[in-house]
Amino acid sequence: MSALIAIVLRDLRVALRAGGGAGVGVIFFLSLVVIVPFAVGPDMPLLKRIGPAMLWIGALLATLLGLDRVFAADHEDGSLDQLLMSSVPLELIAAAKGFAHWLASGLPLVIVTPLLGLMLGVEPHALATVALTLLVGTPGVTFLGLAAAGLSASLPRGGLLGAVLVLPLAIPLLIFGVVTTNAAILGEGLGSPFRFLCAISLFFLVLGPIAAAAALRHVRE
Amino acid sequence: MPLIDYANPHRFQRLAAWLIPLLGVVAGTLIVLGLATGWAAPADYQQGQMVKVMYIHVPFAWLALGGYTVMAISALGTLVWRHPLADVSGKAAAQVGAVFCFLCLVTGALWGRPTWGTYWDWDPRLTSVLVLFLLYLGVLALWRAFDDPLRAGRAAAILALVGFINVPIVKFSVDWWNSIHQGPSVSRLGAPTIDPSMLYPLLLSAGGFFVLFAVLHMALMRNELLRRRARTLRILQAAEAER
Amino acid sequence: MRLRTEQLSCVRGGRSLFRDLSFELAAGEALAVTGPNGAGKTSLLRIIAGLLSPAGGRVALEDGGLPLNESCHFVSHYDGVKGALTVMENLSFFCALLGGATDGKRSVAPAAALSRLGLGALGELPAYVLSAGQKRRLALSKLLAAPRPIWLLDEPTAALDVTGKEVLLGMIGEHRARGGMVVVATHLDLELEDAREIFISNGRAV
Repeated sequence: MSALIAIVLRDLRVALRAGGGAGVGVIFFLSLVVIVPFAVGPDMPLLKRIGPAMLWIGALLATLLGLDRVFAADHEDGSLDQLLMSSVPLELIAAAKGFAHWLASGLPLVIVTPLLGLMLGVEPHALATVALTLLVGTPGVTFLGLAAAGLSASLPRGGLLGAVLVLPLAIPLLIFGVVTTNAAILGEGLGSPFRFLCAISLFFLVLGPIAAAAALRHVRE
Repeated sequence: MPLIDYANPHRFQRLAAWLIPLLGVVAGTLIVLGLATGWAAPADYQQGQMVKVMYIHVPFAWLALGGYTVMAISALGTLVWRHPLADVSGKAAAQVGAVFCFLCLVTGALWGRPTWGTYWDWDPRLTSVLVLFLLYLGVLALWRAFDDPLRAGRAAAILALVGFINVPIVKFSVDWWNSIHQGPSVSRLGAPTIDPSMLYPLLLSAGGFFVLFAVLHMALMRNELLRRRARTLRILQAAEAER
Repeated sequence: MRLRTEQLSCVRGGRSLFRDLSFELAAGEALAVTGPNGAGKTSLLRIIAGLLSPAGGRVALEDGGLPLNESCHFVSHYDGVKGALTVMENLSFFCALLGGATDGKRSVAPAAALSRLGLGALGELPAYVLSAGQKRRLALSKLLAAPRPIWLLDEPTAALDVTGKEVLLGMIGEHRARGGMVVVATHLDLELEDAREIFISNGRAV
């Protein structure tokens, strides 16, 4: 157990210190949200309608594009070898690294979501719900992306490839996240769409590390 | 003393030691004066008391753009004139400018809510400031991405210049984008003429904030120089241990 | 405790590096794997560590109690040191990750391990300031701070100076005296006492 905590702390420290790239995901998220009105026009009613969708797409892309370094960095400097020599199962190691990555990259997205939602005209009373759907959904996306990160760990330019592999699988999260938010905008409470979102996200929390471990074992030389 | 003499970090630290508190007092005085006279000035007949946000919002906007200009000049100093303190100045300007830019956006949103009903509606001026904010964030992210401050400084300088050249293009495009969809409307945060009773407080307050910018800029430069010194000492310590 | 390989074969990049390699190592013994660069020395070590699957044959640890990958330390050119962390944070991480089974038993305190390897004064420095030799010594310090019976060392003296090499030989001697086993891959003569030798070259192992 202390080994898992040590892994989470180490990854967090590396991500948050200089050169770790922790803030870039949030800036990317912000940039994505900002360019949508430029493409669509400053048409507030239209922006209001697509606001939740843009927030979800932005968070999805920002999460996926940062995931490729999760295992690649350790593969390159020999840390992955050391991790494999420990008594901790590789699945749990992958989960610990995924959790650390989400804390450094995913949680900040959730925190700035209300502010960005305001800019896209999302109704103030629905801002908390958008943030909640992302709070529930981004861990699922992150852990699902772990599998892709494991597959592309030893590839020199694996980053975009990983995002491409995972994007179709993340569609269910996207669907239920946006539907839940739209319902909240209309004043309805959290119903079955939200429950589906939670269920799928939890499923990915389990599937992701297992697939990542399998990928690391079989695809590395 | 010619400017080049302040290239020595020690000289700069000594200068900063007394200049920062002095300018701090000047800034504080001007800001208090400006805001006090602004508060006492008559309210706008359309917007009521809320127009007084202008006394901080407008200086913030000027400083956001001014900060980027200081950053661009520092970038020239780094790449062209090779002044040793130029990249330190650039980093400090990026940090202070980004904060003022953010405050401009926030005050603009707060001004918008009671006056026009929404916090944000993509009007061309505020949108331009938002894009400027993204450019700032990019420069700051680039600074953080490198271990070595000198490499980071050169990279950030190049980015700052590229951004600076693009600012007029972005401004033009944003205005164009806005006018296509909404017709040629006057940006709601501008006023073609401004009553003198509002102008003097504005200038006082703006002057105070400009001096505040200088204070913060110098203070951040001082911190950065200390940080680099600490880093160099660590590297030397490790090298010593080898022998 | 004995380390045994039976008919071990390794194929990398379509080339057969070695075939039907069998040897046994008892407690206290050392094995030097020599040969030119690229011959397969690193691959042999990685197979023993469990990081690489052999094309044929198997590796077994008898009377070991723990699986093979938890009974070995693997130190190679890729030292697994994170530049953003301090020297002590790096070592503490290795201890937390690799030291569980042997906590308290014959382990050296992390600070003492760093001192033994000449890094004692550098504990709080970020690891990116270290030279290549210092990073290698940081990687070696985990051998003392998180004891495991089998040491797999791949060209360990590559970045070390004379003092470093002496310290390492001392560490190896003490480890063997306590019943540990050492397998060293090197293309230099390491002056190990009483070491058996396997020479790998051109697809053959002797």
